[in-house]
Amino acid sequence: MNYSSTKRALAVLITCTFLSLPHGCNGESPHKPNAGATILPPTKPDNGPQAYPEDVPSNLPVFTMDYPRIQIPFEITLWMLLASFAKIGFHVYHKITIWVPESCLFISIGLIVGAIMHSVHEEPPAALSSNVFFLYMLPPIVLDSGYFLPTRPFFENVGTVLWFAVVGTLWNSIGIGMSLFAICHIEAFGVQDINLQENLLFAAIISAVDPVAVLNVFEDISVNEQLYIVVFGECLFSDAVTVVLYNMFSFVAEMEVVEPEDVFLGVARFFVVGLGGMGFGVLFGFVAAFTTRFTSRVREIEPLFIFMFSYLAYLVAELFSISSIMAIVCCALTMKYYVEENVSQRSCTTIRHVVKMLGSISETLIFFFLGVVTITTDHEWNWGYILFTLLFTFLWRGLGVLVLTQIINPFRTIPFNMKDQFGLAYGGLRGAISFALAFTLPDSIGRKQLFVTATIAVILFTVFLQGISIRPLIEFINVRRTNRDIESINVEIHSRLMEHTMAGVEDLCGQWSHFYWKDKFMKFNNRILRRVLIRDSRAESSIVALYKKLELQNAMEILDTVSGDISAAAPSLVSLEQEKKESAKPKKTFMAQDLKNMHNLLSKNMYKIRQRTVAFTSKYALPNDNQPREILIRRHASIRRSLRPGSFQSTIPNSQKYFSLPTGQSLGSKYPSARPSYADDHETMSEVAYPTRRSRFSQPKRSSSGAMMPLHRLGTLKEVPSTDFLNESQGESFGKVHSKPRTGSSHSDSRFPAHRRHFDPPVDNNNGSADDVRNEDEAEEEQQRQHRGALRPPPSWAAEPRDDTPRNPLLRQPQWNPKK
Amino acid sequence: MGATQTHSEYQYENMVGKTGFSTEQIKNLHMRFQQLSGNEKTLRREHLKNIPALANNPIKTEIIEAFFDKRNQLDNELGSYEEIGFEEFLMVMSHFRPLSIKTSEEERTAMRRQKVRFLFNMHDTDGDGKITLEEYRKAVEELLSESGTIGQEGARAIADAAMLEVASTNVPNLGPDDFYEGITFEHFEEILKDLEMESRMHVRFLDMNTANLRCGKTSS
Repeated sequence: MNYSSTKRALAVLITCTFLSLPHGCNGESPHKPNAGATILPPTKPDNGPQAYPEDVPSNLPVFTMDYPRIQIPFEITLWMLLASFAKIGFHVYHKITIWVPESCLFISIGLIVGAIMHSVHEEPPAALSSNVFFLYMLPPIVLDSGYFLPTRPFFENVGTVLWFAVVGTLWNSIGIGMSLFAICHIEAFGVQDINLQENLLFAAIISAVDPVAVLNVFEDISVNEQLYIVVFGECLFSDAVTVVLYNMFSFVAEMEVVEPEDVFLGVARFFVVGLGGMGFGVLFGFVAAFTTRFTSRVREIEPLFIFMFSYLAYLVAELFSISSIMAIVCCALTMKYYVEENVSQRSCTTIRHVVKMLGSISETLIFFFLGVVTITTDHEWNWGYILFTLLFTFLWRGLGVLVLTQIINPFRTIPFNMKDQFGLAYGGLRGAISFALAFTLPDSIGRKQLFVTATIAVILFTVFLQGISIRPLIEFINVRRTNRDIESINVEIHSRLMEHTMAGVEDLCGQWSHFYWKDKFMKFNNRILRRVLIRDSRAESSIVALYKKLELQNAMEILDTVSGDISAAAPSLVSLEQEKKESAKPKKTFMAQDLKNMHNLLSKNMYKIRQRTVAFTSKYALPNDNQPREILIRRHASIRRSLRPGSFQSTIPNSQKYFSLPTGQSLGSKYPSARPSYADDHETMSEVAYPTRRSRFSQPKRSSSGAMMPLHRLGTLKEVPSTDFLNESQGESFGKVHSKPRTGSSHSDSRFPAHRRHFDPPVDNNNGSADDVRNEDEAEEEQQRQHRGALRPPPSWAAEPRDDTPRNPLLRQPQWNPKK
Repeated sequence: MGATQTHSEYQYENMVGKTGFSTEQIKNLHMRFQQLSGNEKTLRREHLKNIPALANNPIKTEIIEAFFDKRNQLDNELGSYEEIGFEEFLMVMSHFRPLSIKTSEEERTAMRRQKVRFLFNMHDTDGDGKITLEEYRKAVEELLSESGTIGQEGARAIADAAMLEVASTNVPNLGPDDFYEGITFEHFEEILKDLEMESRMHVRFLDMNTANLRCGKTSS
């Protein structure tokens, strides 16, 4: 908790600096006393200099200050900095963000700053005008979630997602609106003047769910994918629906009389707006993808196109008053796949970072601002109305989920059970968008103050109460989970196997749920879209290009599995920080480390089939969006490398990185130099995994010489000879090895795995002579040999099983059995 | 072999009890069966091999074999059929029935076990109750066969690593005189216990008649 005092001090410090600035410049322009902490003071700065023109000195000034000139960007910058510092602060002590959602913390900071401002009688910042919000703050937020929407689960569950987002939001708005309208008839509350339209407008505003906090929790405890994607998609599309409803109702709210045909027109408009937005989005998405086809020479501006086209889609949709959120989301979804294939790896990283950054800044500012506004504005507090709003919000949300699930369940392969439904209902937090919409309500709405107050109440209530309690609750009721960080090779193999099996069985029984359409689309995609949208020069070598990309990622993954696992799920706001957190943790145990290594080898290889099947046969999965995940890996790798236990381990990633990064091909087949790194990896792995073996470090030359020789076939599994046996056989083998005039053997007593790499070239032609030496070798070498054999052309001979050798009873390591 | 059905309603009902499918689903599957077999009573491997959609599947042979595997008929027989009737076809398909919301916890576990058993049988080609290293390698190789550059050696390395992993997780105290002979079913279950199966190994068998849909026609 000492941390929070730091944080507070920081906030106070900054606020004070910030507040003192206008006063500081009062000396220069004393006529502008209260411009204080406004983010966007409307026109004051412009008035300043003109008001006292005689103040302008005639001589050349040696020192001038022109605060009004820079005021707006200056203050915006300070606000952002304050928010960012706060964010840094939270993550210094990261346990806070586990138990308390970030949004709560930002609101709290906002409350503190608001309190300070209130105590010094500052004006509340008039930053958030409707235009600022819709043109500058909203697009980044939506682009962020649209761009990082996990594509495969989304399309697998697209029906459910849209069902909950569109129908659910309509349900909530209409339900809450009607109920509130009924409440308004109770005289005791004194709110009879709110008519139906205004109630509906307000209900639409508070129907927008914003479960970023919930998503983080879901990601952390890895709830099942279906639940996750529905909440994610709901948040995305409910924004769109809400904004459409908002525009519609705020138009209707100004009308004196609502005719019946207006209702029908409204419904028609709803569809026009939604589908129109979608159309524009897809159009701009394709244009963007097509543009990036030609940007290979101008890499430095590549990312710009992504933002400009998304924003353009948004603006054009705004221009025609169709759903701009739908437009930008569809644009992001459409172009993501093609763009990421066209642009360079760096641009891709840049795009992801900037999208994330803009989105999180925007949201941070809104939450922050919410805190400030809560304190500094005048509220109209109406117990009845606000309490009933809260009640109805919960009630309709719960009811809605219950009813809608009953309807959608028969259409789902995996129906939602009660626990899922609870998670879904309880995850309905209200957030930034609701607040911004309420705050930017036109002044013509009579009870705007009340609406803002009620919205803030709902947000604070849901964000604090539900946001904090959802993690323990979800853990308590034990929602079905998907184990996302699979750490075992077998699991990886079998998940692939299952995918193929299912595809095969679906083919066999002739019933394709979404596989059929997926297949159709992928064919179309491969035949037409990809040809048009993805750069030609790659067409002939697209496999090579793909492998290059994959190799790059694989190399990165080797360096960093942990962050890979995390970002495998849809990255949402906090996942970046969690990665950092993760990287800051000391490595757990050697054992886990080894599992990871094994997993790495597998995923490295599995990646290729996965990619292959997806991109070329294209039947068994949607475009795999795990593929381009690489956020921050490179950076973290360096941290991690230094954290790795054991010096010998730390050398390995380097070699791997260098060997595998530049290749365009399979590591094993094309780059001989890459092989030793594999071997090192495995050997290290096994040594670490079974520390008892370290006792045999006394004769590492075995393994090192083994590294230089063509090895046994993998099929031979042997036991570990006991150490004493090894010792005697060591001398023997020493003799044998040394008796041969080979370059490799002379080095064979090098003790350090790191040296091995130097000795690789002289390898390849000492088979037969090494045979008997080999046979006495220990399991470690055996294992190593297996891996090596995997990476080299298989030798033509195999070692004989040595069942009669004495064994070291201490060796816990399970042995390979020469089953053959 | 139950290859001679009259496919009367009575027999459908019989199978409803046995496989858990609804009558509608059985009718649909029966139509598909006839489509595949060319209106014959039994289905042979060639029939399945000719399905064009299956041609790209890397583990095509395993899948087809699974349909002819007696072990997948749940009556503890070994070996494989030369041809299967509709009932056998249905029994294999019943492995992939989706869970319903009413499925009890025990049934879930049982179904999961069934699916794991199905996978296990796919690996264990000689039916000795163990997945040996050779069998496992073969499976992985085939799985990886789509990616040309990996090649046999890469696949072997993976299979070996996987095998080692099974051995080390299941028999941590393997004595010095023991060999790890192969993955038994219990071990297999153990290593896959973290694997999410609920959302995978399922086919949504349609209740409605698919013959009118386009996908029914393009299928073969």
